[in-house]
Amino acid sequence: MTAFGKLIRTTAFRLTLVYLFLFALFAASLLGYFAWNTRRLINEQITATVNAETAEITDIYNRRGLRGLVYSLGNRALRPGANLYLVTTPEGKAIGGNVGALAPGVMASIGWSETGYRRLDEQDTADHRALVRVTELTNGFRLLVGRDLEERRRLFGIVANAAQWSLLVVIVLGIGGGIFVARRVLQRIDAMTGTTKRIMAGDLSGRLPVGRSGDELDRLAESLNAMLERIEALMTGLKEVSDNIAHDLKTPLTRLRNRAEEALARSGSEAEYRAALERTIEESDGLIRTFNALLMIARAESGQARGNMDDFDAADVAKGIHELYEPLAEDDGMTLRVKTTAARVHGNRELISQALANLVENAIKYGKPSTVIQPLDPVAAARTHEVLIEARREGDRVLLSVTDHGPGIPESDRKHAVERFVRLEASRTLPGSGLGLSLASAVATLHGGELRLGDSHPGLTATLVIPALSAASDRLAAQTPDVPQKVA
Amino acid sequence: MTATAPQMRLLIIEDDRESADYLVKAFREVGHVADLASDGEEGLSMADGGDYDVLVVDRMLPKRDGLSVIGALREKGNRTPVLILSALGQVDDRIKGLRAGGDDYLPKPYSFAELQARVEVLSRRNVGPAEETTYRVGDLELDRLSHRVARGKDELTLQPREFRLLEYLMKHAGQVVTRTMLLENVWDYHFDPQTNVIDVHISRLRSKIDKGFDRPLLHTIRGAGYMIRDGLR
Repeated sequence: MTAFGKLIRTTAFRLTLVYLFLFALFAASLLGYFAWNTRRLINEQITATVNAETAEITDIYNRRGLRGLVYSLGNRALRPGANLYLVTTPEGKAIGGNVGALAPGVMASIGWSETGYRRLDEQDTADHRALVRVTELTNGFRLLVGRDLEERRRLFGIVANAAQWSLLVVIVLGIGGGIFVARRVLQRIDAMTGTTKRIMAGDLSGRLPVGRSGDELDRLAESLNAMLERIEALMTGLKEVSDNIAHDLKTPLTRLRNRAEEALARSGSEAEYRAALERTIEESDGLIRTFNALLMIARAESGQARGNMDDFDAADVAKGIHELYEPLAEDDGMTLRVKTTAARVHGNRELISQALANLVENAIKYGKPSTVIQPLDPVAAARTHEVLIEARREGDRVLLSVTDHGPGIPESDRKHAVERFVRLEASRTLPGSGLGLSLASAVATLHGGELRLGDSHPGLTATLVIPALSAASDRLAAQTPDVPQKVA
Repeated sequence: MTATAPQMRLLIIEDDRESADYLVKAFREVGHVADLASDGEEGLSMADGGDYDVLVVDRMLPKRDGLSVIGALREKGNRTPVLILSALGQVDDRIKGLRAGGDDYLPKPYSFAELQARVEVLSRRNVGPAEETTYRVGDLELDRLSHRVARGKDELTLQPREFRLLEYLMKHAGQVVTRTMLLENVWDYHFDPQTNVIDVHISRLRSKIDKGFDRPLLHTIRGAGYMIRDGLR
């Protein structure tokens, strides 16, 4: 495509053409209206003058007869810018006035007409036009009074001229402006396209140029830049994740392989083979679990799980998870308590349950008080072994929190702790995939909320913050009893 | 492990040759009869003609998708229980499978023990005492209406969830019930807890129903799950 072809294909240029046409139309109709109105005005003026003079002359004729009339016409004809006068006998012969020639038949019809004429004293043969009125005097004499239309013609000339010029100016300015605007837009679009191509080629850090005018192109560039920002963050995240996956999946896979190899190399007893195989299965189960957790996180993060949402009370989820984990906690020397108030939410019950389960598992696993600082008071000692699940509504949010009284997570590590596969120093020796908090965080994000990690002096409070059902839909939900969602 | 249920006739519809052969062999080893179909069309005609107790259907099959096979069977009025195997293990995918007419859903990769336990529970040879109001295993008795549980002459006090756990186990008395089956059917959770939560619940239940009695009824089946059975039956 040539540069010119590109130019005239721009939206700016095409819009200019449309505007051009509209403006020309507008100018033409304005001029037309002006011309028509002026013509009407001039006609009215001529009519009034001619009528007045006809009345005067008729009066002179009535008072002073034919002679007086001819004499008066002679005088009138000599005045500068005189009107046209003609008096004819009943036979049609001219006996006074200043008209040399007329279109034939004008004197025959009484009343108004427009006609070509020539004055008596004129030599040129140029055609003049006049608006004339013919009246019948007594005895069959006829009087013509008229006025030249030159003025009107000149005015039309001016208007037509103005129309031509203004059209020309409109077209030239319009096309010129269109090209100017289109080129400007085109330049900026070309700059954007260039950047986009660089980004597509792999340089994700590139950003579109944003001008200072804040016009629509700048706004577009800004939102595209925001989008690029998000994409870059996602890509970085993805890269980190794949690095982590490579590490955290390859390690158990290597272990698996080594064990199989070792079992094969050492020709042991059947019992030894059996033990090796059992360990292999265990190891692969762990791997599968990690895979499932990763898939679940990916699904939650991509928002696919949105299809499976319904309204339910987060308090029931808290109670359910408490019920499920209470014996486990007790076996571990901990007390699991639950405290709930009604807190209806709209969401994926399964995912929220799992997120909460992860938080509870973490609290049971890592939330034991550090052995160094043991309070002597037995009541306080019991309190430190307590894990509390809470569900409550706070404003327009529902908080599902798990509080323990273990070592907690230092402020500086909290953001880091939510990332995939991150296992903080303190927990590295305990079994776990390092995906629990990531999943909880992804689930909260999926629901338009977040995972907050806070301090419970001492200990950790992990809170799933989820938007609450609005009061209106809450009432609605209360009217329709929950249908059990059991499917298995 | 041997079959804990009477012999069943199974149809396995699975296109991956190796896993299909493995399944057929494994089911035969535990004493069941297993046929194999390797695509959707073949599977549909075999399932329609044969008198099978359970169908094991892979979701993604050549010629005809697993869910469509199930749909076609159900349309013809064939009510044979179906277990769906799928590489897609997500919650909504499972719901889709169950809506299409499947009776159970097992994501890949699975352990054979899990599959066997689920298939045996599904089998229509094992209608069992589902509709009875009282379940009995040995001298253990559970009344589903009055929620009373007694062993011999001793009345046992169970928490509501322990009652439901025992109820499920007794409904499938003599069959292996896996941990995930318990989590799904007693708690209605479909995720995989990282810890042994179910084991703790079982051991609590066990301490209530077996402790102090010389014949244990609640057995742990290694590598698979649990089973309630009167050992001296």
